Amino acid sequence: MADQKASTSIEAVGSGLAAQGYIASRQIATAVYLSQQIEKPILVEGPAGVGKTELAKAIAAWRGMKMIRLQCYEGLDEAKALYEWKYAKQLLYTQILKDKLGEVLGGAQTLHTALGQLHDFGDVFFSKEFVEPRPLLQALEQPGGCVLLIDEIDKSDAEFESLLLEILSDFQVTIPELGTVSAITPPTVILTSNSERDLGDALKRRCLHLHIGFPEQRLEERIVESRVPGISQTLRRQMVGFIHEIRSLDLKKLPSVSETIDWARVLVLLQATELDTEIVKDTLNVLLKYEADIEAAAPQVTTFIAKAARSNVFG
Amino acid sequence: MRENLHRFFRAARGVGVHVSPAESIDAMRAVAQVGISDRAVLRDALLLTLAKSQDEKLALGDCFDLFFSQPEPRQEQPESVDQDRSQEADQAPSSGAASDADGSSQQQELGPLAQMLLSQDRNAIAAAIASASGAASLSDIRYSTQRGIFSSRILDAMGLQRLRDDLDELTATNPALAERLRAALDALREAVRDTVSQGLALYAREEAENLRNEILRNAPLARIERRQVAEMRALIRQIARRLRERYSKPRKRQRRGHLDVRRTLRRNAAWGGVPFLTTWKRKHRDRPKIVALCDVSGSVAQVSDFFLLLIHSLHEVVDDVRSFAFSSHLIEVSEILESKSPEEAMSEIMSKVGFGSSDYGSSLVDFEKEFMSTLTPQTTVIVLGDARSNNLDPRADILRRISDRSKRLVWLNPEGRLAWGFGDSEMPRYATFCSVVRQCATAQQLERAVSDIVATYQ
Repeated sequence: MADQKASTSIEAVGSGLAAQGYIASRQIATAVYLSQQIEKPILVEGPAGVGKTELAKAIAAWRGMKMIRLQCYEGLDEAKALYEWKYAKQLLYTQILKDKLGEVLGGAQTLHTALGQLHDFGDVFFSKEFVEPRPLLQALEQPGGCVLLIDEIDKSDAEFESLLLEILSDFQVTIPELGTVSAITPPTVILTSNSERDLGDALKRRCLHLHIGFPEQRLEERIVESRVPGISQTLRRQMVGFIHEIRSLDLKKLPSVSETIDWARVLVLLQATELDTEIVKDTLNVLLKYEADIEAAAPQVTTFIAKAARSNVFG
Repeated sequence: MRENLHRFFRAARGVGVHVSPAESIDAMRAVAQVGISDRAVLRDALLLTLAKSQDEKLALGDCFDLFFSQPEPRQEQPESVDQDRSQEADQAPSSGAASDADGSSQQQELGPLAQMLLSQDRNAIAAAIASASGAASLSDIRYSTQRGIFSSRILDAMGLQRLRDDLDELTATNPALAERLRAALDALREAVRDTVSQGLALYAREEAENLRNEILRNAPLARIERRQVAEMRALIRQIARRLRERYSKPRKRQRRGHLDVRRTLRRNAAWGGVPFLTTWKRKHRDRPKIVALCDVSGSVAQVSDFFLLLIHSLHEVVDDVRSFAFSSHLIEVSEILESKSPEEAMSEIMSKVGFGSSDYGSSLVDFEKEFMSTLTPQTTVIVLGDARSNNLDPRADILRRISDRSKRLVWLNPEGRLAWGFGDSEMPRYATFCSVVRQCATAQQLERAVSDIVATYQ
C-alpha cells in the first residue's frame, strides 16, 4: 500500500517537474522525492550543462517556493555566505544614541557603576537588527521554506565545506553572539559540483548523491521537445542522434544538454527542416566550444549525419 | 527485509563502497519511504543514499543486481507451501492414484527436507536454502577454499542427516522413491553450491582484493606478469589519488607575528580603518616542479612506465612535470605522456628510444646540451635507472652540474643496494652528487619515494 503511494508520488514529482519544462529521469525524480521525505540535501554531480542548476530552479518553480542561490568560488567565507554584522549601522546608531547614552550613564559617579548600568541594557548592538543575513541565513529564515542552491561547491575551499556541515545535517547555524538559529521550515538544499576536486567524506555523507550524466536519446528528444516546441520531429530525432554520435568522439568538451537546446534553437531560427552537411558545418561552433574539437569533428560530420538518419529509419 | 538490507550493506562494503552506520540508517529510511515492491526504484534509492561517486554507483549497481538475483526467503512461505500442497492433493487422485497411494502414505513418515524435495516445491526449497545459509552465516565467507565447508554447513542446517536416514530406509522399502529422492538431493547440492559461489562473489571480494593488492604492492615491478599490468596500472592510479588527496591541500601557511599592513587596512575599511581584525602575512609554498629522467632500456623499462604514469597523474599536486626518456640518447616525452593514453604513450616512447643498450654518459650530454635551462632552484630532478652504463664514460661531472642547479637530485634505482657498484654499475660514482638515493622496485617503494619528494615542498 505504502509502496503504491511511493511510486505514484515519484511519478508526480516527475510530472510536476515536467510541467516546469524540466524532463527528469526516474533517478532524478526519485532523488527529489527522497530528499523531500527524509529531509536530506541532494548533491548533484555531472558534466557542465546537463541541467544541475536547472533542476533547482525547476523544483522551486514547481513547489512555488523562493530560490536562494549561493554561488561558490575560491575565497568564499562566512561573512559572504552566512551573515555579517552591519558595522556602519552599528556605528551610526552609537552616534545617534550618544545623547541617550549620556542620559543613561549620567547618574553614574564612577566608571565602575557606569559599566554596571551599561551591562543592564544588554548587547543592544549585537542583536538581530544588526545582522545582515547572507544566502545561507536567509534560507533558514524563510517562513514558507525555500530551495537553497549551493552552486559549484567544488570551487570553494575545503574550509567552507566544514562550515556547511551544520546547516546540511541539522538545518541550523550558530552565531556566537545570538545563539543557534534553526530553520523555520527546513529548506530543500541542492548542491552542485563539477567534480573539480574531491569533496570531503563528511559532506558527501550528509547528502543524497545524484549523478546526472548525458541523457539517453529518447529522454534528450523529450527535453528538446519541451524546451524548443517549434522543432519538427524528424529534425529533432536527427539532431539528437547526431549529438550522440559526436559524444562518442574523444573531445575536450563534449556537447551537453544545454548545447543541444541551443543548437535546436539555432536550427529552428535558420528554418532548417533536415540536417545536411552544410548547415551542420556552419553551426558546429554552437555545439563545440574549442577550435581543436571543431577540427576533430568536422571530417566526421557527413558520416554522423548518415548514421543519425539511418538510426532514425529503424528506430 | 531488514535482515536482507543488512546483508546487502555488507556486500556493498565488499565491492568497496563505504557504508557507515549513519549511511545505512539513511538507506533504511529511504527504503521505508519508497517501499520494496518496485525493484528499479529500490535500486535508485539505495544508489542515491549509499554511493558517493560515479564509480561507486557502478560498483553498487552491479552488486545490487547480483545480490537480488538470489532467491530470497519469502514472507508468505507457509501460505504458498500450503497452496502447493493442496494443489498436489488435487492433482494426486486424478493422475494415477493407485501407484502414488502408498508413496504418499510413506511420505508422511519422512523428514521435512525429504518431503520438500519430493513435493518439488521450488519456492520452499529456495526459502530453505536462504534461511539455512543465514544460519550457516554465509556472509562470513572470505576465500574460495571455504566453499566446501560452507556448502556442507548449509546442507547440515537444512537437515541432511535426517535425509540420509530417510534414504537408507527407503532404499530398502521403496527403491523407486529412493531413486527420485537421490536425484533431488543431487539437484539440491548443486543449488547450494551455486548459492555459496554467489555468496563468495558478494562477500569475499573485499578480502580477496585487499590480499591481491597487498601482494601486488610488494611485487617487483620489473618482473610483473603481462596479465597483471592492467591491475598494476589501477593500483598506481589509486596511489596517485592518495597522494593527491594528501598533498593538494592549500599550501599557504600563516606566519604569525608578521602583520600584513595592506590587507589589514583593506579588511577593516568597513569601520573606518580601525584595525579590529588583523591579517598576518602568509607564506606561499612552491608547488613541486619535477624533471624526471627515465631509463627505458630493457631492464628498467617497466619500472619507468609505472613511474611516469604516477608522476603524470599528480596534476593537482605537481605544478610542472617535464619527463625525459633515454637509453642510448635522450628525448623529451612530456607531450606524448600528456596527450596519449598510458599504453599508447609507452609504446611510442619505446619505439623512439627504447630497447637500446643504455649509455648514461651520452644521455646526460644530450640533457645538458638542450634542457639544462629547464632546471631552476625549485626543481627536483628525479633520475630513474639502474646506472648500468655498459662500461661507457658515466660523465658524473654533468650530474654534478645538474645537482648544483636544482633543489634536489633524487636517484631511484630498481636494483637492490647489494648490486650497486658491481659489474658495470656506476651507482657509487653518481651517488656522491645525489641528495637521496633509494631503491625503488615495488609499487610501495615507488609510492614512498614520490611521497617524500612531494612532501619536501609542503
